[in-house]
Amino acid sequence: MVSGGTTIEFRGITKTFGAVRAVDDLTFSVQPGQVTGFLGPNGAGKTTTLRMLLGLVRPTSGSATFGGVAYAQLPDPLRTVGTALEASSFHPGRSARNHLRVYAAAAGLPSSRVEFVLGVVGLLPYADRRVGGYSLGMRQRLGLASALLGDPAVLVLDEPTNGLDPEGIRWMRGFLRDRAAEGRTVLVSSHVLSEVQQSVDRVVIISRGRAVYEGDLDGLEASATVRADSAERARLASAIALTGAAVTTTDAGVIATGITTEEVGRLALDAGIALTLLTEERAGLEDVFLELVGGEAA
Amino acid sequence: MRAIASEARKLLSVRLWWILLIILVAYVGFTAALLAGLFGALGDQLASSPGAPQLPVETLPPIVYSTATAVGYVFPLILGALAVTSEFRYQTLTPTFLAQPRRGVVLAAKGLVLALAGAVFGIAGLAASVGLGAPLLALTGNATGLDDPDTWLLLARAVLAMALWALIGVGLGTLIPNQVGSIVVVLAFTQFVEPILRFGASIWDWTAEVGKFLPGAASDALVGSSIFTSSGTGTTAVQSLEWWQGGLVLLGYGAIVTVAGLATTWRRDVT
Ligand SMILES: Nc1ncnc2c1ncn2[C@@H]1O[C@H](COP(=O)(O)OP(=O)(O)O)[C@@H](O)[C@H]1O
Ligand SMILES: [Mg+2]
Repeated sequence: MVSGGTTIEFRGITKTFGAVRAVDDLTFSVQPGQVTGFLGPNGAGKTTTLRMLLGLVRPTSGSATFGGVAYAQLPDPLRTVGTALEASSFHPGRSARNHLRVYAAAAGLPSSRVEFVLGVVGLLPYADRRVGGYSLGMRQRLGLASALLGDPAVLVLDEPTNGLDPEGIRWMRGFLRDRAAEGRTVLVSSHVLSEVQQSVDRVVIISRGRAVYEGDLDGLEASATVRADSAERARLASAIALTGAAVTTTDAGVIATGITTEEVGRLALDAGIALTLLTEERAGLEDVFLELVGGEAA
Repeated sequence: MRAIASEARKLLSVRLWWILLIILVAYVGFTAALLAGLFGALGDQLASSPGAPQLPVETLPPIVYSTATAVGYVFPLILGALAVTSEFRYQTLTPTFLAQPRRGVVLAAKGLVLALAGAVFGIAGLAASVGLGAPLLALTGNATGLDDPDTWLLLARAVLAMALWALIGVGLGTLIPNQVGSIVVVLAFTQFVEPILRFGASIWDWTAEVGKFLPGAASDALVGSSIFTSSGTGTTAVQSLEWWQGGLVLLGYGAIVTVAGLATTWRRDVT
């Protein structure tokens, strides 16, 4: 069990690269004892956000802290925060064991920790091979081993399931759940919802640098879409829009999110609009996810 | 302290350092043996032909021994530069700065470790130049100078010079993080630009005044001898700094490139 627990806080964090607004005014927090999924398509700004959290990229504005303390101000960063970033960075000529020893030395950790984390991720048999010959899956495991070196209360993992086989993904799922159960704070990014779907308690979804959803997966499912149609399609669309739901008018009817079929039926009745179609689009989670992030990108 | 241990492990856990060390020893050993054999044997003939330029007998051992720095200085320079550029190239700056977010501390530790490595390179280079040069000098009937404390002071200054060159390498790598770019600059400058500048500078007095501040010239001044300064006999007497001035000038070059790199690439976003 990890005592206390550390909350990650993003406050209005923003990063522009030249004309590109990679991250745009994100505010959310990540609680201990849970696995939080940080989702969004490629290029959404996940890696940039995490790198700002870790002091590697300077935010244009806003802040990201661990319980109010910036990464660079942590007295013993590797013992507080364990990190595996997407473009896992290894010198190809260095063995896994030596790679870990370099950073264990930098953090003042004993080499027994190196042997321990190599064992946890199952790399002991290959520990003296040069990393240049590692498969993507093995590199992911080595990245994870680095993250665990300091036995940190916070784990920040960028696309840790990339390149893992189904077996590896299942292992990762159990691994993340166990860490959260120990009271740790786990923030894990992915561009594929299904790969983290079964391990996350909460999700933060971003698209083009902006948050489009924050909450649990049930809430995400509830935002499935409703399709309705009528001879008076335009009137129907504006009536639904008045409720605050998001509406798109298509040739195949009016598509609305943030409203139920029952509410649409009642609203049409009150307005005296004869419906010709009323149905819930039974979208899977992945579809909702794509809808959310695709809608922003369009 | 931790940062130093980490940097030492970094350096020692990839093959580069001993590959460079082997090449250094072979190259310096070959050059020293060639000079000792050639000038050692030639010495008698030169002495018997009055018109020929004279090499004072006592300058021969320093010239032979200082090949360790005269031709060897490029090796600690490259080692230092690669220690930094490889961090950019393989994106190991990410785990490095995660483990030690104070970037200045990382660079200071790197400089210290590389200076030590440069000193080790110096000792190895001298082992080659003295180890092969001294027996050959003795064999050709010349003094080895090994009984002279001045010779040993020269060897000590050569070790210092090699340490400073490694530091300059670290600074250069920070200023030019592109690995290929850094190597090209090192080789082009040390093998072409500076030799030409030094030769050109030795033509007039006033250019010689400037030329003695070139890094290679400063290094030779620090060591106190070099095949390059000695071969300039005849035309203008080649100006040279005092040994300690040479050392300070080298240190100055190291400081300038390091501070410039620290203020630019080292502070950048790591993406
Ligand atoms: N160093 C950089 N220079 C310029 N643009 C960048 C840089 N890093 C990221 N970007 C841009 O920022 C956006 C977000 O990238 P990123 O954070 O890597 O997204 P994700 O991790 O979600 O795939 C992209 O448009 C990307 O091209
Ligand atoms: Mg990414």
